[in-house]
Amino acid sequence: MIVLLEVKNLHVKVGDGGRQILRGVDLTIDSGEVHAIMGPNGSGKSTLAHVLAGKQGYDVTDGTVLFDGNDLLALKPDERAATGVFLAFQYPVEIPGVAGITFLKTALNSQRKARGEAELTTPDFMRLIKEASVRLHMTPEMLRRPVNTGFSGGEKKRNEILQMALLEPRLAILDETDSGLDIDALRIVSRGVNALRNQDRGMLVITHYQRLLNHIVPDKVHVMSAGRIVRSSGKELALELEEHGYAAYDVHAA
Amino acid sequence: MSAEPRSMKTEAEQGLAQQFIAARDDLPGSPAVAERRDAAFALFERLGLPHRRIEAWKYTDLRARMRKALPIAPTPSVDQVERTLAASSTFADLDHYRLVLADGYFQEPLSDREAMLAEGIEIATLVEFLGSDGTSSVEALHDPEGAGGDAMIALNAALASDGVVIRMPDGCLPSKPIEIVHVSTVGTPASAWFTRSVATIGAGAKARLLVSHVGPDGVAYRSNSFVAVDMAEAAEIAFVDLQSEGDAAQHVTTFSAELAKESKLRHLSVASGAALSRLQGFVTIKGERADLSVSGANMLSRSQHGDITWRIDHAVPGATSRVLYKSAVADTAFGAFQGLILVRAGAPKTDGKMMTRTLLLSDEAQFAAKPELEIYADDVQCGHGATIGKIDETALFYLMSRGIPRTDAEALLIRAYLAEALAPIGDKAIAASLEPILAAWPEQRAL
Repeated sequence: MIVLLEVKNLHVKVGDGGRQILRGVDLTIDSGEVHAIMGPNGSGKSTLAHVLAGKQGYDVTDGTVLFDGNDLLALKPDERAATGVFLAFQYPVEIPGVAGITFLKTALNSQRKARGEAELTTPDFMRLIKEASVRLHMTPEMLRRPVNTGFSGGEKKRNEILQMALLEPRLAILDETDSGLDIDALRIVSRGVNALRNQDRGMLVITHYQRLLNHIVPDKVHVMSAGRIVRSSGKELALELEEHGYAAYDVHAA
Repeated sequence: MSAEPRSMKTEAEQGLAQQFIAARDDLPGSPAVAERRDAAFALFERLGLPHRRIEAWKYTDLRARMRKALPIAPTPSVDQVERTLAASSTFADLDHYRLVLADGYFQEPLSDREAMLAEGIEIATLVEFLGSDGTSSVEALHDPEGAGGDAMIALNAALASDGVVIRMPDGCLPSKPIEIVHVSTVGTPASAWFTRSVATIGAGAKARLLVSHVGPDGVAYRSNSFVAVDMAEAAEIAFVDLQSEGDAAQHVTTFSAELAKESKLRHLSVASGAALSRLQGFVTIKGERADLSVSGANMLSRSQHGDITWRIDHAVPGATSRVLYKSAVADTAFGAFQGLILVRAGAPKTDGKMMTRTLLLSDEAQFAAKPELEIYADDVQCGHGATIGKIDETALFYLMSRGIPRTDAEALLIRAYLAEALAPIGDKAIAASLEPILAAWPEQRAL
């Protein structure tokens, strides 16, 4: 087991001199581990996910993020992806006019190129896609359509996990992947995620609800509140939160 | 358009007058045609080159942009034509008939006249047509309806050296698309040429007409082409105008169409060439339940200037028109879209919609959008709109977060944005043959 992600004292503001969202996040994820971050709305969970993936519009004012021992924050989003960081979006983006299959192939081959690997041939690529899409109950027709365009909430989330399966990241960040899913869709998505758990891969699962964690059972659970991780424990912490809510951690009220 | 007489002529206008006098006796046509040319040139002299105070030319000041008259292009050698065509293929992967006009002159050996005749399509050159007896030959030089008083059309009528006259009989169903190639050859120094082509489409005939414009980079030639389409009842035409002129060219093209009852015209323009380009289209809907679609993908970069101007005239009830233009403007380029849907009092139940959407890819890029509705009838469904925006950062981040570098991600998004304009042509093979042009443009721009 090796240290995959090491976040130290991360402070982040929105935009130029905007509101302080993260106020000293410390988080270490080892390979093979699944961590869950829970917390109330506005606690900074999604901001952490965005900053790790390299979204613009955030200003890191202090702290460091190391991925595999290298400075992750120095990399552009596409470079982060090529080194193995993947963000499953809370709101997957619709891209009219770009066929899903074109998008997936461009993404995979861009990453391979960045890593100095040969591009996949079309038959090899099609085989990969076929295997992954069957597991996620996705039809070839869905992949011919423009990316996420006209997809239901569940289809969009399945499409995120399909991308994850194809791109085989070392660190997968799932940002409220359960939001907008009914029980059946939740089961399909969770099964897709669990199939990707292995000893080399780390996962960071961000969620409001304990429900998802019945399906994707974490190794560690963290509580985030007002931009910091205020408590960390084993999976039983999720059940405790479900019962008592986040009231005990609400520093705004203090 | 107002035509106030002017006594002061620019250098270019004086040069054109001298050229017309010198060329007049050699221009093709019967005595009636010569008279028509004289009248057209007299109109041009009265109007002068279009400038900003002419509303239809508000965004393209040719008086300022055409400082001197260029010599009229001589007939090129077949070798010159072949070399230029080899360097700039159009619709290469689409099996089609070709009619080639080079530097303003019809190229028999490079054209498929006989094969088309075997399918019942009669082709005459403009020279042949204008030389024939009778009054109908003069009609080829008439102004399109609604365009009376356009100086560049008048100049075209006065100086048209050649063109093609296509006659498709009733019920004609050509097996392949027909392309009219306008090529400016590498062999000539900067010169000007004028062509006029006419297609008459019989009742119930269905065809695909492709018009292309190609020429060498680095030569400031000027092209002034004109294509008129006259559609009989229930005729159907998919029409493509592909503008891939050389990068220093000044390009003016006029399209005109008359739609009879229940006829259907889908017009698609794809433009990425020329230093200055102007496409002006005039459509008159004369028959009930005619169906018109106009769409286009416009790509402008460097210091290119591109102007698209449409006038759609609904004269009868119950017809439909749809206009969708997608433009991408980069660097210090300038683009303009002007579109008018005119609904006359006699045209109730008109269904007309016009939309122009533009992506600005740099802080210096500019676009002027002027969609207009002019409605004199009751009980119509009409709408128009315009948007101008930047690349969607959210979509860009999504693509980059999957490992796609910024330039590639932008190229994907630009191409997808423009490709929306290809759909209304309703012909997958034609759309597929144009897609590589949209795909290549963002990459060329990045170089």
